[in-house]
Amino acid sequence: MTLMTEARVAAVPGRAAAQRPNRMRAWATRAPLLPALIFMIVVTQLPFVATLVISFLDWNALYPDERRFAGFANYVEVLSDPALRKSVWTTILLTVTVVLVSLLLGLVLALLLDRRFRGRAAVRTMLIAPFLLVPIAAALMWKHLLFNPEYGLFNGILHAIGGEGAIQPDWISEMPLMAVEASLIWQWTPFMMLILLAGLQSRDPQLIEAARMDGASDWQVFVHITLPHLRRYIELGLLLGSIYIVQNFDAVFTLTSGGLGTANLPYTIYQTFYQAHENGLASAAGVIVVIGSIVLATFALRVVSSLFREEVSR
Amino acid sequence: MASVATTAPRRSRPGRLRGAVLGVVTWLVGLVFVLPILWMALTSFHSEADAATNPPSVAAALTLEGYREFFGLTGGAAPWPALLNSLTASLVSTLLTLLLALPAAYALSIRPVKKWTDVLFFFLSTKMLPLVAALLPIYLFAKNAGLLDNVWTLVVLYTAMNLPIAVWMMQSFLSEVPVAIIEAAQLDGARLPTVLGRVIAPIALPGIAATALICFIFSWNELMFARVLTGVVAETAPVFLTTFITSQGLFLAKVCAASLVISLPVLAAGFAAQDKLVQGLSLGAVK
Repeated sequence: MTLMTEARVAAVPGRAAAQRPNRMRAWATRAPLLPALIFMIVVTQLPFVATLVISFLDWNALYPDERRFAGFANYVEVLSDPALRKSVWTTILLTVTVVLVSLLLGLVLALLLDRRFRGRAAVRTMLIAPFLLVPIAAALMWKHLLFNPEYGLFNGILHAIGGEGAIQPDWISEMPLMAVEASLIWQWTPFMMLILLAGLQSRDPQLIEAARMDGASDWQVFVHITLPHLRRYIELGLLLGSIYIVQNFDAVFTLTSGGLGTANLPYTIYQTFYQAHENGLASAAGVIVVIGSIVLATFALRVVSSLFREEVSR
Repeated sequence: MASVATTAPRRSRPGRLRGAVLGVVTWLVGLVFVLPILWMALTSFHSEADAATNPPSVAAALTLEGYREFFGLTGGAAPWPALLNSLTASLVSTLLTLLLALPAAYALSIRPVKKWTDVLFFFLSTKMLPLVAALLPIYLFAKNAGLLDNVWTLVVLYTAMNLPIAVWMMQSFLSEVPVAIIEAAQLDGARLPTVLGRVIAPIALPGIAATALICFIFSWNELMFARVLTGVVAETAPVFLTTFITSQGLFLAKVCAASLVISLPVLAAGFAAQDKLVQGLSLGAVK
């Protein structure tokens, strides 16, 4: 378990020099790349340009004849409409909570799993399982099987322990955002655990052995060797987790249908154009998500690229 | 605790005790995490009446009622068309992804083009942009082109969705192929398709298989595009599941059966690709 790829890259200059500066030859090397590159640009980049254009239009799909240029009016509306502004805040809150909690839990689980004990492979498999449920199936499970106030497992357990007088909360109505967060944390903790476990297993065992010889305690090894080594894996988990969770649609759609103050931006955008038919407004909200993601992605790319270059220079 | 004693002979007695305790704790945490899924599996084999009791009826009689209901044997919509659509969208898009990613990864690893890292990072950056922002133009385009409710629209979108991951993963797998073998084949007059198919593919096959499994999982799971772009004809399995969101009355065993059956391909693919899962999910950044 090492990071990125390795010595081959060191051989690149030699290989490049061996190629004659021949134009035909250059195109022949580029040719295999072109189908994928063109496909990506057409399918993923053109729609973003279209979104940008539509975001400056006053365009309700129910009144197509009244489409006109609106300048920044949609952006002003997105940022001033209380419901839309709330969804920006909800997105941030949801993402930060889910990412931080699942990262912490993932770290604990990775540390527990990075030891020898009987049945380790079985426990690892059990811990990965939540991540391998279809997201909407997992959300349905939380909604009906666990959270249901009348026959859900949580209230069933409370009833079994507390008897007749046990509290029976209506989880989703009473704590809607936490309900969504809980289901997402359950699904994303395995992801964090896998990344951090890969980090733990790429530590230099000799370094730890040497530190132990010098009398370092477990805690000292953790703070002075393990944590600094894990730093970039933690960053990677934080950033990739954020990128995936910001885009979450399934859990919000299934557990609360965006009600009770849980509508995040992806759900709001979906609703704005799919149900309210406000194309311009939805696009402006889309552009705002893109800008937020670019900020995240810039940091994420920097981390990935530092891992990448470290391997290249090795 | 014989295994602890043999693996860590130098550990002192309190150390060994602590190791045993931590092992038990890990087991407990693992069980807590997997418990909802086990409970879902158990409930799927209960009758609807037994599934919806409080406190829960753990030892109720087992039945296939829920599965019969889900598969439409007792009337109601059968899930087969949805499962078939999901299978088509996932398998064909995975195949397309591999067909596009394999040559691209070749150009980025074995015979790297100039500025190959820039190209690699371009692919990665497209994965980081939120798909929801592209939803509206894609919907409008599909509507005007008469491509709504068409499973092939999903095939194209899922291919684009997975291509960056596939290029990154394959790039790192292909770089493990020794250059000398490729050069030898080329000296013997082998052209690019032959080199790709006969020389590189066999060596990189385990990596390619893992890439395919991960692309399959992401396509199978996708809900938002399928929900917006499909209707009755092309609905996928996750869209089929949305009918359970607001269901009332006794349907818990049926939901559990449906959720489990629809998750089975992902569970199977995920466990098959377990060792390479991190690499795929971290877009190739962690091996």
